[in-house]
Formats: sequence, structure tokens, C-alpha cells
Amino acid sequence: MRIVKIIVLVLLVAFVGIQFIPAERNQSDTEPSTDFMLVNNVPEKIQKKLQVSCYDCHSNNTQYPWYNKIQPAAWFLEDHIKEGKAELNFNEWDSLSSRRKASKLRSIIKQIESGEMPLDSYTLIHTDATFSEAEAAEMINFITQLKDSL
Amino acid sequence: MKNLKMSIAAVLLLAVSFTNAQEKEKMNHDHGDMKMDHSKMTNMKSDAKAEAILSDYFNLKDALVGDDTKKAAQEGSKLVASLKAFDASSYSKENQEELADIIEDATEHAEHISESAIDHQREHFKTLSKDITDLVAITGTKSTLYEQFCPMYDKGSAWLSTSKEVKNPYYGSRMLKCGKVQKTIQ
Repeated sequence: MRIVKIIVLVLLVAFVGIQFIPAERNQSDTEPSTDFMLVNNVPEKIQKKLQVSCYDCHSNNTQYPWYNKIQPAAWFLEDHIKEGKAELNFNEWDSLSSRRKASKLRSIIKQIESGEMPLDSYTLIHTDATFSEAEAAEMINFITQLKDSL
Repeated sequence: MKNLKMSIAAVLLLAVSFTNAQEKEKMNHDHGDMKMDHSKMTNMKSDAKAEAILSDYFNLKDALVGDDTKKAAQEGSKLVASLKAFDASSYSKENQEELADIIEDATEHAEHISESAIDHQREHFKTLSKDITDLVAITGTKSTLYEQFCPMYDKGSAWLSTSKEVKNPYYGSRMLKCGKVQKTIQ
């Protein structure tokens, strides 16, 4: 019984302790001129969907949920955002060459098609980020057009 | 009189060989794009690093033909390494930019291939094949390559092979013979 008490105490101290370690926040005020929405003619509906479903991890600005204030959730998020931005950052879209754009658009189509993106761990809380069948078809249609026009 | 005939013949011969040479030169120029420069001409046959990339690409293709995900992943990693080792400094400035772009894109696809399941590997192989085809257009290669095309996979997909015989990397054993040679690259 004693040992359980000690373990719980240690965990509690550790939990409180890690709250003092700050997580890097993905936030920026400037809207870069290379942004996907600015350089492409994106219909409003598609813009909204991209913003809600993709931009949290694939741009320089994250709309943080409340639990981002709590470690280790914040670390988990930080990691995902870092990885997401490395793969694709919509804010820096126009700095890519046509070849790179085509590759990225291809990936977007495939990952929405397969349901790989948005991540399950993301849609679990951001339920509005999920793609309905119609929304997926619409998005894929738009991205395909964009890819063909490159 | 005999002398005159001989000199006419000689002049004719000279003229013929001259136009011939010009034509050959033109053919050489037509080979890649028109803006070929000298550094590229010398590289046409001797870029060992480009050959290394090609060799890894063909091993990867063969793994996909054989439906071997694990081997394809390994070959993908090797390709990442040979792409990284590529040195574009001997090419013209314009080509250097193009090559850097191709290498960056191809590296991303090779990385994905090294860590994905076979369906995914094949998707990435499609774009990778486009990158490698564009690379060869600049670097050239010692061997004769065949660009092959399967109209069924993803609205039509191409790949490169060292053999004329079609073995489809997108379908493997499911449809090994689907496709045809659409271009010979030498």
C-alpha cells in the first residue's frame, strides 16, 4: 500500500513539474503572400474546409484547443504540427516549384481519398474537421483541377 | 582533264562530309533540349552519380514488379542516399536549378517508398518515375532506356526500364504484361 502511495505521489509531482516546461506555440500574425488561398482562386466553401480541417497543422497558425495548456498534451500537439508543416505548409505554397506543387497536390488527393488525413487523433476532438463523402469529393475535384492547371 | 575531275570529286566529297557532320551535330543538339552546353555534352556519357541513381531506381522498379514491399522499401532508402550524393556542380546554372528541384522531389518520394505499404509505394513510384525521366533528359545515360506506359494504372502511368520487355511495376503479378514501350531513350 505504501509503495502505491509513493508511486502516485511521484507521478503527481512529475505531472505538476512538467507543466512548467513551455511548449513552442505555432502562431503568427502575418499572412504571407505565398499562401495557398491568396495565389489560387479557391471557392469559399473549399477555403473554409481547408482552414478548419488542414490549417491547424499545415500552416503557421494553429487555433489551439484548451488542452494545449496542459502537458504532455501540448508536446504531442507540438510534435504533430512540426511534422505537418514539414510535409506541407499552405502558407508557403507559392514558394514551391510546379513539380513540387504537383507532388503535394497528388498527396493531398490520395490522403483525403484514403481517409489518412485529417488524422483520427485530430478529428476525435475537432469533429467538424472530418470530411463527409460529398465534402471529400468536392475537395478532390478542386485539387485535381488545380493540379491539371499547373 | 583527269585532274579537274578529281578535284570536282574531292570538292563534292568534302561538301557531303561537311553537311553530314553538320547534321550529326544537329542531331546531338536535338537530343535533349536545344540549350545544351558543353559541360552537359561531356556529362552525357560519364555522370557516375546519375548512373547510381538510375541503378537504384531500376532495383526499386524490379522489387515492385516482384510485389516485394520489403525489398522496395530497402531500395527506396538506397535511392534516397544516391539522390543525396548527386552533384550538379558541373551542369549549367539553369540545369542546376532544375536538377535541384528534381532531386528534392524525388527524394521525398523515395523516402515515402522506404516506409510505406506496397499500394503507397506504387503511387509514389509514379511521380518518382516522372522525376527520374526528367533527370535523365538532363544528365543522359550510358545505357539505352525504354519508357513504358500502362494506360490502366491511375489514368495512365509511365516508368523506365532497361529492357524492352514490359514488366509492370504498378500491378506486379496481377497484370505483369500491361503496358507498352512508348519511347526509347539513348
